[in-house]
Amino acid sequence: MPDGGRDPARPRRRTHPRSPPEELHVVIERRWKKWVFFYIPLTLFIIGTLFPFYWMFITSIRPDAELYRSWRAVNNAPFWTLHPTLDHFQDLMAKTTFPTWLWNTFFIAVASTLISLFCGLLAGYALARLRFPLAGTLGTSIFVTYLVPPTLLFIPLADIIRNFQLGNTPWALILTYPTFLVPFCTWLLMGYFKTIPRELEECARIDGASRFGAMVRIIFPIAVPGILSAGIFAFTLSWNEFIYALVFLSSPERKTVPVGVVSELIRGDIYFWGQLMAGALLGSVPVALVYSFFVEYYVTGLTGSVKG
Amino acid sequence: MAQVLMKDLNKKYDEVHAVKDVNLHIRDKEFIVLVGPSGCGKSTTLRMVAGLEEITSGEISIGDRIVNDLPPKDRDIAMVFQNYALYPHMTVYDNMAFGLKMRKFPKPEIQKRVQDAAEILGIQELLKRKPRQLSGGQRQRVAVGRAIVRHPQVFLFDEPLSNLDAKLRVQMRVELKRLHDRLETTAIYVTHDQVEAMTLGDRVVVMRDGWIQQVGEPLELYSKPANKFVAGFIGSPAMNFADVTIADANGVVWAETPGLRVRVPPACLERLRPYKGQHITLGIRPEDLHLAGGADPSEYTFDSTVEVVEPLGSEILLDIKTGPNMMVARVDPTVRVKVHESIRLALNPERLHFFDMKTEAAI
Repeated sequence: MPDGGRDPARPRRRTHPRSPPEELHVVIERRWKKWVFFYIPLTLFIIGTLFPFYWMFITSIRPDAELYRSWRAVNNAPFWTLHPTLDHFQDLMAKTTFPTWLWNTFFIAVASTLISLFCGLLAGYALARLRFPLAGTLGTSIFVTYLVPPTLLFIPLADIIRNFQLGNTPWALILTYPTFLVPFCTWLLMGYFKTIPRELEECARIDGASRFGAMVRIIFPIAVPGILSAGIFAFTLSWNEFIYALVFLSSPERKTVPVGVVSELIRGDIYFWGQLMAGALLGSVPVALVYSFFVEYYVTGLTGSVKG
Repeated sequence: MAQVLMKDLNKKYDEVHAVKDVNLHIRDKEFIVLVGPSGCGKSTTLRMVAGLEEITSGEISIGDRIVNDLPPKDRDIAMVFQNYALYPHMTVYDNMAFGLKMRKFPKPEIQKRVQDAAEILGIQELLKRKPRQLSGGQRQRVAVGRAIVRHPQVFLFDEPLSNLDAKLRVQMRVELKRLHDRLETTAIYVTHDQVEAMTLGDRVVVMRDGWIQQVGEPLELYSKPANKFVAGFIGSPAMNFADVTIADANGVVWAETPGLRVRVPPACLERLRPYKGQHITLGIRPEDLHLAGGADPSEYTFDSTVEVVEPLGSEILLDIKTGPNMMVARVDPTVRVKVHESIRLALNPERLHFFDMKTEAAI
């Protein structure tokens, strides 16, 4: 895509010197096409993705007086505010247990990500490298479990959680999130391991490492981009998870951000819009930070490129 | 330093029988080359010696130890791979030191060995770089360096020069040869390139479809191929083959085919006796053909038409047609011939090869 910037120069070099009108025509056509197929769609896409965040932000700093004013009121300016305020953030911190939710979410997300990464690493490696009977079937069935929708799976899981008396504890989520995170990590890492040349590991085994040693010393360090992207994905998925958190946790101080914000800040038909949006904003900050921090690893992780 | 023995070695994958009854005695300090077309089982054989493939049946011993059930790390071997297999996250130094670190060598010893190897290969300046900052030739050197620091009993090379460009390949070939003369370590080298095989090997093993076809010194393979496959595989351009009939006319034995009638040299008469009246394959190397002069006896000359002329500078390759047979002749660069010209060629009667039609074995 960034190639677009160099485009106009290219046809001039390529076209035959004896046909200037044709050359002009080509240049104009290229520019026109670049606008229609590149700039305009890209702009629309950026607006489409960023607007909700902007709306979240502007709502969270808008005073109540402006928030609950009729759209037809004089001076109504829905897209900006002249009286920004931090009241909603203060209310969120003081009147709800938001900091606790944040901590709960963080703890649960990190713990379930670590568990899933550990299992995913070993399973992904085994499926990518070891020859054992039914390896293919096992790989497919792991993938199939990922396809079972959580909206169905929470019913039997709720029963299990109750039997183990884990209801209303963080362990209810830490142990159930891997049901969809492990298959996900396994498949992503399996794909990544397959792009790493087998010879690297064979060479390490000849050099004196056991299979496990070669895996830990050679394959894992090379797979860091893949491991990071699997980790980021797993972290985001568990950070944003809603259904299990809603079903398995009941007391307000145990809740995670997505559930807490929705259940405590919508009372009946009253929406505390300012605090809701402040909560949503603070809830998405850690995820955004994690993403922007590792974005480069993340891209190579998904495209899976190992250059010897 | 060690000899390597393979006894009735077999490798079967689910459906494919990749290596069949391989018996090979590789002597101490010998440089042996396994050569053959792709899929002939040469790499599989090497990987079984390395311990990277399980052995279906048979026995491999290195030195006087049977290594069938030993993991690769305990076989005291070093291997150089086609794609170099350098660890991308380590510097050149760490790449070379890895094997020694794994074997818990003391640090000064590691340092000394890596320095020595780097000096031999001329890569001292590269030690701090990462593999991706190196050119193909440099990577190849590092891969070789990583193998030699260990002072293993056996070197294994799996098509190590295939990823290099033609010029570098020739250069590295010479260096490998020199290195082997210096280190005097037993080496097994796999390649599909017969030139590499001929130039590097003390002995060459030609393989096809999992079977060993012939084991011998390079010139022995060239001058006395055991069968038609070896004859066609070794030598470039390949040997010319023609299906001929052995006919007896007034006490003189001829090998005949339309357009070509060659008298069977007296030395071969005895061997060809059982084939009288039958079809066999006649083999002539391109370099054993030359433009006929007055001195050449008529029973060893034949007429042909030039189809393509390929001047290579040091020699000229002529693609010629005689009767239904296409042949290649390698002639002097001074020869002046044109396409579609009729020429008379003479062959060297002492260097004719005959092969059985059915078994393809040399007669």
